Amino acid sequence: MKEVNHFRRVVLWWLATSIPATLIVVLVLAPGMPPGNATTEASGVTVDNTLFLGISVPVSFAVLVFFIYSLIVFRERNPSVVTEGPALRGHPGVQLWWIVITIGVVLFLTAYGTIRLLQDGSGGGQGPNPIAAPDPPHGAKPLQVQVVAQQWRFDFRFPSYGGVQTSQLELPTNTLIEFHVTSLDVIHEFWAYQLGVKADANPGVDNIAYVTTKGPLAFNVRCGELCGLWHGYMFNSGRVVPKTQFATWIAQQQRTFAPIQKALPPYSRTYFPEPQRRGG
Amino acid sequence: MSAIAVTTTPKAPLWRRLIGFNLLTGIVLAAGGYILGHFIGDHIQGANLNYYSTEAGQNDVAVLLGYFLGVVGFLVGLGFANYPISRMLGHPPTLAEKESAEEGGLRYFSLSTDHKVVAMQYLVGIGFFFFIAGLNAMLIRTELLQPNSHVFGANQYLTLVGMHGTMMMGMMTSSILGPFANWLVPLMIGSRRMAFPRIEAFTFWILMAAGSVLMTTIVFGGFQTGWTGYEPLGAQGTAGFDAYLAFFTLVGISMCLLGFNLLATVIVMRRPGMTWSRVSIFVWGVITTAFLMMLASPMLAAALMMGMMDRTIQTAFFDPGYGGSSYLWQNLFWVFGHPEVYIVALPGFGIVLEMLPVFTRKPLWGYRVAVAGMLGVAFLSWFVWQHHLFMSGIDADLRPFYMLSTELISIPTGFIFLSAMGTLWRGRIRFTVPMWFCLAWAFNFLWGGISGVFLSDVPSDVLTHGSFFSMAHFHYTIMGGLVFTFFAAIYYWVPKMTGFKFNELLSKIHFWSLFIAFNSTFGPLFAVGWLGQPRRVVTYPAFLQPLNDWVSASAYVIGLSMLVFLVNVVWSLLFKREPAEANPWHSKSIEFQLPTPVPVHDFDRLPVFDPDPYPYGEPVPAPVYASGGGQT
Amino acid sequence: MTGFAKRLLGTAIVTAALAGAIAVYIGVWATAAPPSASAVQTASGPHLYLGTVPAAALTDAHPTWVSYYAVNSTSGHWRHATTYVLPAHTLVHVTIFEYDSQTGLRNPFIGEATGTVGGTFQLDGKTVKAINPDTASHIFAVPQIGLSVPLEGPGSSAKNPCSNAPCSLSNAHHTISFTFRTPGKGLYRWQCFVPCAAGFIAGNGGPMQTVGYMDGFLKIV
Repeated sequence: MKEVNHFRRVVLWWLATSIPATLIVVLVLAPGMPPGNATTEASGVTVDNTLFLGISVPVSFAVLVFFIYSLIVFRERNPSVVTEGPALRGHPGVQLWWIVITIGVVLFLTAYGTIRLLQDGSGGGQGPNPIAAPDPPHGAKPLQVQVVAQQWRFDFRFPSYGGVQTSQLELPTNTLIEFHVTSLDVIHEFWAYQLGVKADANPGVDNIAYVTTKGPLAFNVRCGELCGLWHGYMFNSGRVVPKTQFATWIAQQQRTFAPIQKALPPYSRTYFPEPQRRGG
Repeated sequence: MSAIAVTTTPKAPLWRRLIGFNLLTGIVLAAGGYILGHFIGDHIQGANLNYYSTEAGQNDVAVLLGYFLGVVGFLVGLGFANYPISRMLGHPPTLAEKESAEEGGLRYFSLSTDHKVVAMQYLVGIGFFFFIAGLNAMLIRTELLQPNSHVFGANQYLTLVGMHGTMMMGMMTSSILGPFANWLVPLMIGSRRMAFPRIEAFTFWILMAAGSVLMTTIVFGGFQTGWTGYEPLGAQGTAGFDAYLAFFTLVGISMCLLGFNLLATVIVMRRPGMTWSRVSIFVWGVITTAFLMMLASPMLAAALMMGMMDRTIQTAFFDPGYGGSSYLWQNLFWVFGHPEVYIVALPGFGIVLEMLPVFTRKPLWGYRVAVAGMLGVAFLSWFVWQHHLFMSGIDADLRPFYMLSTELISIPTGFIFLSAMGTLWRGRIRFTVPMWFCLAWAFNFLWGGISGVFLSDVPSDVLTHGSFFSMAHFHYTIMGGLVFTFFAAIYYWVPKMTGFKFNELLSKIHFWSLFIAFNSTFGPLFAVGWLGQPRRVVTYPAFLQPLNDWVSASAYVIGLSMLVFLVNVVWSLLFKREPAEANPWHSKSIEFQLPTPVPVHDFDRLPVFDPDPYPYGEPVPAPVYASGGGQT
Repeated sequence: MTGFAKRLLGTAIVTAALAGAIAVYIGVWATAAPPSASAVQTASGPHLYLGTVPAAALTDAHPTWVSYYAVNSTSGHWRHATTYVLPAHTLVHVTIFEYDSQTGLRNPFIGEATGTVGGTFQLDGKTVKAINPDTASHIFAVPQIGLSVPLEGPGSSAKNPCSNAPCSLSNAHHTISFTFRTPGKGLYRWQCFVPCAAGFIAGNGGPMQTVGYMDGFLKIV
């Protein structure tokens, strides 16, 4: 009786299933992946997700196809009798190739992630000394926006507009935004979903994240770090608007909040409100 | 007065047997200890402490002292003080306490040094808290049925979330090492007992004290921090947070000693001839876990003590306003917390690889690869913790390193998969309920691992960090990895431990409903997270309601499936009581060669072990006998 | 009694005890919510009367915690309620009697009122937009609809300060009133933003993190 080459069959099944599946995922599913393409950084993350999904499908199919094939083909057809299988205890070649392939995949993923991270920071919080700042469009100066989180709200300060503070967030289109995220009490997280920005707000820490806006957009802001009672309610919304509209909006905010402006502390990277060990 | 003298003479009436060092006395003394501690705490004078406790209407010093003395009272009531006192009074050392089967069921409710009794205590005790934590999960999903109307109070909801996570991570961490390693490791290495039998019992009872302490949090206003207890949020909490701190400290002590005891047992109590390459793969899973437990939990305990000091004697470790740091807790917690997630994964690896050879009738494929995988995971797990802080504003230069170390850990994990796949290859695969659970582990852990890539890579973590994606990921690894193998172990070994068979039909219903409902619950949560729902929220955007409702409905099926399991346990072990065969799985492992139930002293004669712990397959290797008692 | 019957009885007792415990856990603890109060119907529309006190009533579960109360304007009766039922899309008048002392804001920005009709409010009859952030005692804020009104507390030299609820108009206080338009039907949370929780680190624990004291819901019907 001719020995069936099980290994070749598994490989063929794997190719037959994973190639179409990968194509479907990469070409159909992944382009619609969150967080979308509303900003340069969000597009970058979408590309990363597409690539990782593209790698995940063949890898997971390799394992799944192997398991399903084995479970069907190698099942005990007569469970009432205990028969022994072949005494295989390992295979140096298979082990070596497995190690080489997994190391290769892992190193590729790390290298790719590192390169992407150093490119523009991907919209993540980089701490007070960022190492990856994207180039602003048309060489313009980046717009600094401070995000002040507290239990349980976000406020925003614009140092280049006289340190005006607002409770809503509007941003100009086609601009590099430099978010400075800080907190007045516990740890929060500034997650502007459609912008592709996520940075923790730590008390006494200036956490910097960059994002390059494209066209007009409405986006949501949520707190992503459990911060107490109203964590689930700590959300806000914002808009990316054309530059002229932004100028009008900020002027209007300056007028609206003029009464409280003089009471605000001078703009600072972090705020240490009078330490209140225990309130009272 | 030693414990043995005080408890049973078999014919004494029940009420007489209830008086002595047992659980009942322990509970009474625990209540007394709590009252005493609280009384002392109320009378500690100090200008600041007094002022704060008056203003806040709560006295953290009194609550924590109450917990501490309550636990001491509980342990004294159980009889843990007897042996040290008797030694100090000059009595000779003894090893055994309440080991005789003649003492009947009551030995399960007191300090017993029989490793099989402790294992059963662990199984039932942990199972109890597992079901409470599971009930909390059902309540969480009930709240999330509606985007913005509340079944539970906002405070209670966060407390439910915190209790679910804390109880699962605290108690279930020991769910395989507690019951199964305590029961199996002495048998598998050819020892009649653990290295430190009283410490073994101590780890169990202090864990039960911990679980009870955590449940008291509802009396003190709950806690709003989740299981991670981030500071300075925790420092703000009501006295309910003291329960969290006390709970995890007790769990830390229990885990540290459990790991230490198992490690010592495997290192020094192996039968002569039981060399490292002859040890079962399950034992390897246990010692790598034990190594992590022993070293990681002191870090947790240290962080918790700092948290307690911040709350009581006004230190400021975590308060940036006074020179502390909010990062300090995150770092200390995850230095424990990341090894912790491998503490829950590694025993599962051991169980799967232990069972696959039995159900494929083949030797374990790549034994050394599997051991290397476990050692690699255990080693690397110390170097990945900052991936929890990728978005937190840590030094930006650190992130590529932690990205590398996190990705690297998939290499040793891959070894476990390789070993499992190699063992299946050309086997004679027999589908039993434990085997199904092992195969489900492979399926679940695969998705856990794949989704981990999206979290370990910093750019894609910008989207997934702190969202339901990460929550789905760790439920795939922990529930899919630990809980499934926990049930595999129950169906595989409990008939041997108790002597009674499980009902086959109910077991199969349990498996299939659990497996399908599990994937139907946590699979969609990847999408929920990707679509922007952060973890631990009480309200969410309306467009996510269909997905959340689907998840909740599936979660209820998980709950029902667990009820099927409970019915199975009660029916099979309590009412039907069909005697189990001595070796239902045709295993060649030592524990199945012993009579059912296993005698109190395990072996009449020390067994002879095969050089290959998995002598399955053909050609059958010729046994090489270890020289009895000699050095090998 | 046979062993089987004994086990059956034991199982039944344990099951009943567990079911009872679970029922208490869910029914008594998990679903507990503070009582609700409705606005008073007046000629000018619905009117909500609230009061903030330095400490809840001595009979309260937390008699040292600062708290909001609902006040019946005619009988002067105080009720510990923090869920306020209001009609949708309606102008609602709110009057708050502020009895608690000054604490000061951590974020001075919130010293300016937002979301009220005209962006202003009445402080003891005087129309103002903002207060000195250091004099703030509490805030009444509904962040989802952008409503935020700072409540100035009586100064430390004020005579006859109130200690525990119920307070009376003879105690030192400020009266703050404003009008806002309610949103559509639904549940909206409100909270205080002043770090006013005495005895808790950074003044933000206890009453600030417990629904029923400095937090609650607007139930818009």
